[in-house]
Amino acid sequence: MESKSFTTGNRDNPNTDLHGSKNMMASHFLRALFRIQQTSTSSSSFAGRSRRIRRAAYASMAYSAGARRAWSRALLRKLRSRARLRFPRRLSRTARPQRRDMDQAQVLRKLVPGGPSMDYCKLLEETADYIRCLTTQVRLMQTVMDSISSYAHHPMIP
Amino acid sequence: MSSRRSRISDEEIKELISKLQFLLPETRRQGASRASAAKLLKETCNYIESLHREVDDLSDRLTELMATMDIGSAQAEIVRSLLRS
Repeated sequence: MESKSFTTGNRDNPNTDLHGSKNMMASHFLRALFRIQQTSTSSSSFAGRSRRIRRAAYASMAYSAGARRAWSRALLRKLRSRARLRFPRRLSRTARPQRRDMDQAQVLRKLVPGGPSMDYCKLLEETADYIRCLTTQVRLMQTVMDSISSYAHHPMIP
Repeated sequence: MSSRRSRISDEEIKELISKLQFLLPETRRQGASRASAAKLLKETCNYIESLHREVDDLSDRLTELMATMDIGSAQAEIVRSLLRS
């Protein structure tokens, strides 16, 4: 999939700084999906396959940002260590009293890859980029899913 | 870390936080003048958690779809949709 053919049609997109990396994200993720389908046997579990797809999602995000961002560098390190990708979830819904923004920053640090080693200012910058990338990846997965579903219902006659 | 970094002005912090505010979807955004930094950061954390959950959910749904059909044959359709998006 050559990136040249992807360069038109996105002028209205406010996230033009993601333009090239958006294509990289898509091609990386798609290739991973095809690989996962080909290498999944009938004995592999649903959960296992879903984890592979999830991992591919975060990998394509990280590769698209590459070494440019602290969050992507941290994510790439995690991926290469083959450790399970975990993002903490706040399990308890018990309301802690609203504190200063510094305390919320601690929560944020656990959610953004590489967060713990960032100072407050850096954390805010990295968070913005991480969110942009995450939303792009989510939209990408949604688009892929929609097109597979619609193909299943209306397969094109070659 | 240079000493300049430790004297980041409140203005710069404020600007970064308002940039984050604009990344939040409409429903999570609060009036710029009313929301405190703490509230905005809390909403940002909530938003990131919901995005992580969406990735999990979409991974499950893609797994289901791929169990029933060969996505290789849908390749052209997928690429067409991505070019349109």
